[in-house]
Amino acid sequence: MSGHGRARERAAWQTIDSGQLLLIATAGLFVVVAIAHVAAVGLRQPNIAIIFGVLIALGELFRMVMPGNREVAPIASAGAMGYALLVGVGPEGAPPDARLGVVAADHSALQVVAVTAVGMLIGSLPHIAVGRSPRPDAMARRLFNVAVVALCFRPVLSFDLPWQLVLAVMGVVVIASCFTDVLIAAVIRAEAVRARFGIALRDEAEAKMALCAATSATAMLIAVATTAMGEAALLIFTVPILVTQFAFRRYAGIRATYLQTVRALSRVTEVGGYVETGHSRRVSQLAVAMGRELGMSEEELLELEYAALMHDIGQLSLGDPIPGGATVLASPAEQRRIAELGAEVIKQTGVLDRVAHIVQLSSHPYRTGREARADDPSGDSAGADRPVPPPLAGRIIKVANAYDDLVGDSSDRDRGAAVLERLRLDSAAEYDPTVVEALSRVVDRRPRQ
Amino acid sequence: MRGLPLAAWAYVCGVVALAAGLIATSSFADIDWDQLAVLALLFLICDSAPARLNVARARVSMSFAASLASVVLLGPSGAALLGFCAVVTGQRFFAPVKRVFNGGQLALCGFIAGTVFELLGGDRFHPEQARWVENVIGPFLGALVTFVLVNLTLMGGVLLLARQATPRELLHESGRLAVGCLGYGMVGLLIAGLWPRVGPFAAVLVLLPLLIARWAMDQAYVQQQAHAATLAALCQAVETKDYYTRGHSERVSRGSVMIAQEIGMRADRVEAIRYAGMLHDVGKLGVPTKVLQKNGPMTEEEFAAIQLHPMRGLEIVREIGFLDEALAGIMHHHEKMNGRGYPMGLAGDEIPEFARVIAVADAFDSMTSTRSYRPARSVDEAVAELRRCMGDHFDPEIVEAFLRALDRDPWVPPDPVVLPDDDVVETTRQDHDDPSAPLRVAGDEVRPSDEVRR
Repeated sequence: MSGHGRARERAAWQTIDSGQLLLIATAGLFVVVAIAHVAAVGLRQPNIAIIFGVLIALGELFRMVMPGNREVAPIASAGAMGYALLVGVGPEGAPPDARLGVVAADHSALQVVAVTAVGMLIGSLPHIAVGRSPRPDAMARRLFNVAVVALCFRPVLSFDLPWQLVLAVMGVVVIASCFTDVLIAAVIRAEAVRARFGIALRDEAEAKMALCAATSATAMLIAVATTAMGEAALLIFTVPILVTQFAFRRYAGIRATYLQTVRALSRVTEVGGYVETGHSRRVSQLAVAMGRELGMSEEELLELEYAALMHDIGQLSLGDPIPGGATVLASPAEQRRIAELGAEVIKQTGVLDRVAHIVQLSSHPYRTGREARADDPSGDSAGADRPVPPPLAGRIIKVANAYDDLVGDSSDRDRGAAVLERLRLDSAAEYDPTVVEALSRVVDRRPRQ
Repeated sequence: MRGLPLAAWAYVCGVVALAAGLIATSSFADIDWDQLAVLALLFLICDSAPARLNVARARVSMSFAASLASVVLLGPSGAALLGFCAVVTGQRFFAPVKRVFNGGQLALCGFIAGTVFELLGGDRFHPEQARWVENVIGPFLGALVTFVLVNLTLMGGVLLLARQATPRELLHESGRLAVGCLGYGMVGLLIAGLWPRVGPFAAVLVLLPLLIARWAMDQAYVQQQAHAATLAALCQAVETKDYYTRGHSERVSRGSVMIAQEIGMRADRVEAIRYAGMLHDVGKLGVPTKVLQKNGPMTEEEFAAIQLHPMRGLEIVREIGFLDEALAGIMHHHEKMNGRGYPMGLAGDEIPEFARVIAVADAFDSMTSTRSYRPARSVDEAVAELRRCMGDHFDPEIVEAFLRALDRDPWVPPDPVVLPDDDVVETTRQDHDDPSAPLRVAGDEVRPSDEVRR
């Protein structure tokens, strides 16, 4: 358990989980076999292989990180899959009776793997040179995906199917490759971030499908265009994926800046002396870990993170900081006022209404009984009779906030255990017991010091 | 379109009549009608969902791809027919006269571009021949540029005659539109090249990634709006405690952008200075409330606490992936040209440009706002004060640029502050931004920075 927690101190290769290791080993085996094969039989149609290799290397050079720390290289993937799907290499020099009137592409599936591997390696060298460590799992996944496409499609070519049918097979293969890609990514993610598999699968599908569709369509475009028009077509037919890459890079950049902004500005409460240094960040880290433990999806986790970062922002409206800044020690009415003020601030954005809702209810006790509602002026009489627990995200923040207020940045395990015990005693009325248990599991996994 | 000037009516009728005449007199003997029908369908689908560009009146749609594909595949008469399909476009809120004009002008564009393509010899090659791409790219580019030019000219003509735009605005907008048009037009070549092999499926392969790219761009735009709104709201939260400085960040941001645009900064730098202006005082939260509320001279320690606020601000925003320039702007916005500012005492050109811009907007807003120790000054008084401090405190070029911008785009000072009626309200007694009322520090008869001018 604690092995994962100590990941920070270890080298990158030591943090790899078993599923990733299996994937990397499989991909490595593919590469070894492929390169041995190519070395034995020689490179077929070397000029085409080199052009695609260059495209893959360039694509790998311009890889990017999508929200959720997902590394993708759409240009490289589209190029490699296009090479795997290549039927012919253009009409120039074709014998008069040739199929489709073009020279057939006669490279094997293993040559596709070898060219892709070499291209990816060359494209990664500049990244390594500037000190960015490569992500072996992401690269292995991309390579594996290409290998699957090549191994499924190349043998089909030897059957001499009619052109329409070849196109249909191409379509089926790229769609299938999208699904395997999402599946593998979900397995790895479920293991890496300790999410449940079903939820990881949905998250991956949501995060990847658009880009996958664009990559697959461009792979087919490249394959068909190069078949019909020769390698010159490669230059202009990569334009759609270039545009797509640009758009997604922009999107990912803005998403990242947004999160950075909220993270940074949530620190104003610290600079103003309202809360302890690092409080917001620690609460948000705890809350996200707990949310994942409780099976929240990526989108909900993002809202939870924003809400956790900004849960104390309401204190800015107070004239003077609460002594010690620990809201858990303030009176319930005061806690509620801070939450209301914070929600008010967040509502001002006009876009984070759900986050505001979470913050507003994060001060409410788990069992909102009659006496807890009595001092709530907004509670209408109909709702006052029925105890409605606050949303899960709100309950998580309440627990995480209380834990961090009482423990602070101390890493003393005894103190943590004592605080947990205290939260357990208060649970059922003040805190949600399942959330407290999730906290205890998260705290348990943390590194011993 | 009601109340269209007579000249505009004549122009519209002329364009439509010319297009109709061209279509009527050309021969359609060797046109592949199936191909035309499929392209027309594609054209209408694309045209009904045009891409948003940040240009108010005009919109670039992917139908450009279909039009240019028809130029290659069908020749001038086919392209003209296809253009005329725009009459039945699915875009709502299109008055009939607009539809007819749009159809007519696109038909003209298609016909002329198709003629150029043939004149340059593009029609002698077939996609299934060897070296098609190399042979056809030249004529295609010629046809594409012609198409876009004719299109923009015809559209510009009607806007001018209908007096909906001035020539200067048109030129400015056309430049940006042309890039989008050329880009989408290039896609037409891809569709035309693949058409003989895979038919309409070519359009799916080409347009799917582009549609997804557009979706991603829309998402990015939404995120950017959300980001800006969140930033503004959080900045507002920081200044909410002090009744007198509410809205200050927002206004400094606006003033900085006015100056930045006036001195011709690039769009991405303007964007960065917008944020830098918004965040410039975020570190003030680190200054104890006592100090800000103090009435009378400050001790050296208290003055030091105030001088530290740009550094505190930097500390908070350092991790945001901004341009470094924005950070420098936040850190140095209290430097003076004569080197007597804080925190570093930089002078003249050593002060980053962003900081010099923010300093002017900051001081100006402070002077035109109400403070507890004085009412708001008028814009003219504040301008006079800025002029007086030019050279010593502010960069003269920046001040001049700001004054020019003010002439064009008048400043709206904030409403006078109305304090709530209870006595518990605490107000600040000092404003570190106000150049006309410098902070007084005990033991110093005159602040060193002020002796120069007093």
